Amino acid sequence: MSFLDYAPAPESTSILHLKKSYGLFIDGSFVKGHGKSFSTISPATEETIAEISSANAKDVDAAVGAARRAYDRTWSKLSGADRGKYLFRIARLVQERARELAVAESLDNGKPIKESRDVDVPLVAAWFFYYAGWADKLDYAGLGANPRALGVAAQVIPWNFPLLMLAWKIAPALAAGNTVVIKPAETTPLSALLFAEILQQAELPDGVVNIITGAGETGSLLVNHPDVNKVAFTGSTAVGRAIAKSTAGTGKKLTLELGGKAANIVFDDAPIDQAIEGIVNGIFFNQGHVCCAGSRLLVQENVHDEVVDRLKDRLSTLRLGDPLDKNTDIGAINSKAQLERIRELSNIGEAEGAERWTAPCELPAKGFWFAPTIFTNVSTSNRIARDEVFGPVLSVLTFRTPAEAIAKANNTPYGLSAGIWSDKGSRVLAVADKLRAGVIWANTFNQFDPASPFGGYKESGYGREGGRHGLAAYLTSSAVASAATTRGASK
Amino acid sequence: MTRLAVPKTYKLYIGGKFPRSESGRVYEILSSKGAFLANAAQGSRKDARDAVVAARAAFPGWSGATGYNRGQVLYRIAELLEGRRAQFIDEIRQSEGVPAVAAARQVDAAIDVWVWYAGWADKYLQVAGNGNPVSGPYFNISTPEPTGVVAIVAPQQSSLLGLVSVLAPAILSGNTVVLIASEKFALSAISLTEVLATSDVPGGVVNVLTGSAAEIAPWLASHADVNALDLAGAEALDWISLQVSAADTLKRVLAPESGVPAPSVERVTFFTETKTIWHTKALI
Repeated sequence: MSFLDYAPAPESTSILHLKKSYGLFIDGSFVKGHGKSFSTISPATEETIAEISSANAKDVDAAVGAARRAYDRTWSKLSGADRGKYLFRIARLVQERARELAVAESLDNGKPIKESRDVDVPLVAAWFFYYAGWADKLDYAGLGANPRALGVAAQVIPWNFPLLMLAWKIAPALAAGNTVVIKPAETTPLSALLFAEILQQAELPDGVVNIITGAGETGSLLVNHPDVNKVAFTGSTAVGRAIAKSTAGTGKKLTLELGGKAANIVFDDAPIDQAIEGIVNGIFFNQGHVCCAGSRLLVQENVHDEVVDRLKDRLSTLRLGDPLDKNTDIGAINSKAQLERIRELSNIGEAEGAERWTAPCELPAKGFWFAPTIFTNVSTSNRIARDEVFGPVLSVLTFRTPAEAIAKANNTPYGLSAGIWSDKGSRVLAVADKLRAGVIWANTFNQFDPASPFGGYKESGYGREGGRHGLAAYLTSSAVASAATTRGASK
Repeated sequence: MTRLAVPKTYKLYIGGKFPRSESGRVYEILSSKGAFLANAAQGSRKDARDAVVAARAAFPGWSGATGYNRGQVLYRIAELLEGRRAQFIDEIRQSEGVPAVAAARQVDAAIDVWVWYAGWADKYLQVAGNGNPVSGPYFNISTPEPTGVVAIVAPQQSSLLGLVSVLAPAILSGNTVVLIASEKFALSAISLTEVLATSDVPGGVVNVLTGSAAEIAPWLASHADVNALDLAGAEALDWISLQVSAADTLKRVLAPESGVPAPSVERVTFFTETKTIWHTKALI
């Protein structure tokens, strides 16, 4: 054993008490879906974890109907303080069952247990705790006195942070007084179904949250259901565009959190040790399955060689393997389809003339794996510099002046996030001003907090999640609500 | 044969410990009908000064904790108070002589006040602070910070709700507190300190003195290491002299209120200082 080898330290799955199959969670209980059921597998072993129901049009209708009834009869009649108390209960139950949720998440998603345990699940609890406190303070949300809920929210979430995205969606929706139908991604439904059990333990009134599983078709049925007032989607820009088109003219309020191709800008006066860690965290956190990942490294030319060399050294120490092992840094790619996309784009990168370097690590025989990869000599027109790879692949570009860094950073249809590394505060703030992105991290990367708004410019979507701003996505001012009522009556 | 009860000794709460008054004095807490309920410690000038020292020592840690952390601690107080509902109802009934329903209503309201303020811990800053559009190449942001050690005269006519309604808004932002309990209705205040002591509230964040507000308050009003004075329950005292005395060190002073102060974000921001940070932006 070399000094970098660790004995296996896998987290036990005995904490899980999974069922063989899961139904849809509608109106407070699990019911069988009428679509064709599917298996959810562990991407690290390709073994089946459980059989999952699929919701067809009839099921979607039932879920939206349950949410509507719950909105009309119970949830809209509760005080903000009582809605808050339910959310506090959920936050506490998530904290109590944190270990179990983390194991389930790593099993189903493939992300390292140290991330699900230390990042995803604690943030889930924090999100519910934060928005719990807002439920009876909506007058301070910034929309004037007595803002109103929208009604039934249809929410579709991705597979990269399954439970965290669920929390980002459900917590503000319920705090603002809406009811919810949410669809987790088809490759990662497990933690959402465990979350349904938490809702039962919290005695949340039936129908306030409905969780339906299925593939893209189920999601499409949900967002296009006529009795939905609000659509919130996190996922690819292509699907986001389709939802923006299909909801056009329906009056549904829409928020979209879509793709990204973030620039991570390293100036020559940056604290290099921290920058290296930040670059690694920026693109290899969660196998790069992060919409705000720092996938384009822009390095000032005079420090390029030093940064790249040190980056390669650092990446050579990362441990790839069993997501449930506490020492694992890089877990499994979430699905075969995603692995193929990463492979395809990486091959195109090579074909277009960029120089490929892959971290020397052994890939397990079973499961979906991709070793940390860096491309140097990348030009701005290369597809690996333009397309969202959504994997552990970093493209390195160079710049000479701040103006060039800004121009290159903004040279993308996306605008979700960006990073700046420099010891000079005045430069950081000036560059931040000129970046067309919704979240800017200076001398850090991939920081998330329920108090902090998150969301993109341009084709990275619209609306913000988190913070006070995140409430606006689920509220309307009483002035706008009354005007809408008047218009409706005069029709 | 009926079992003989074991009555509780009601003491002060200073620096996370439960000392007797250094003065060795006690006074009788009587029921609404005049029956003896307990001897409470009669806090002195020395006790007040000890409490300020404890509060000051606890300030860096408590104000340095995240809002999320403080919010969870406040919520924990609500959880534990809920679990000891019966005890508080019993004490309020005996002290105030109110029916059980009214006592229960007071305890429930007090729990809900903790929950309401708990939610503010990581939000008041988002409501009271903001970025400022100054006309120049500067990043400029204003954020509230806790003012320091707050001395509070709790409402005198309410056992629990009055106390909680002044305590929660003061501590949620990170202030530490020296609180003079209701002289007559001191039982709930002391029982609440037992809840605080087991709710992850660090010792010294809340210090509770029982005894005569008229005797203790002047020492706190003139104490140079106290930053603010909440006279909520000082209506019956010579509170104007307290305010005059507080002016020596320019303490922030909240005037007396009749009854129990309603929950409000103003009570939170009153005990904060606004800090504005300017930072240049390079011309590029």
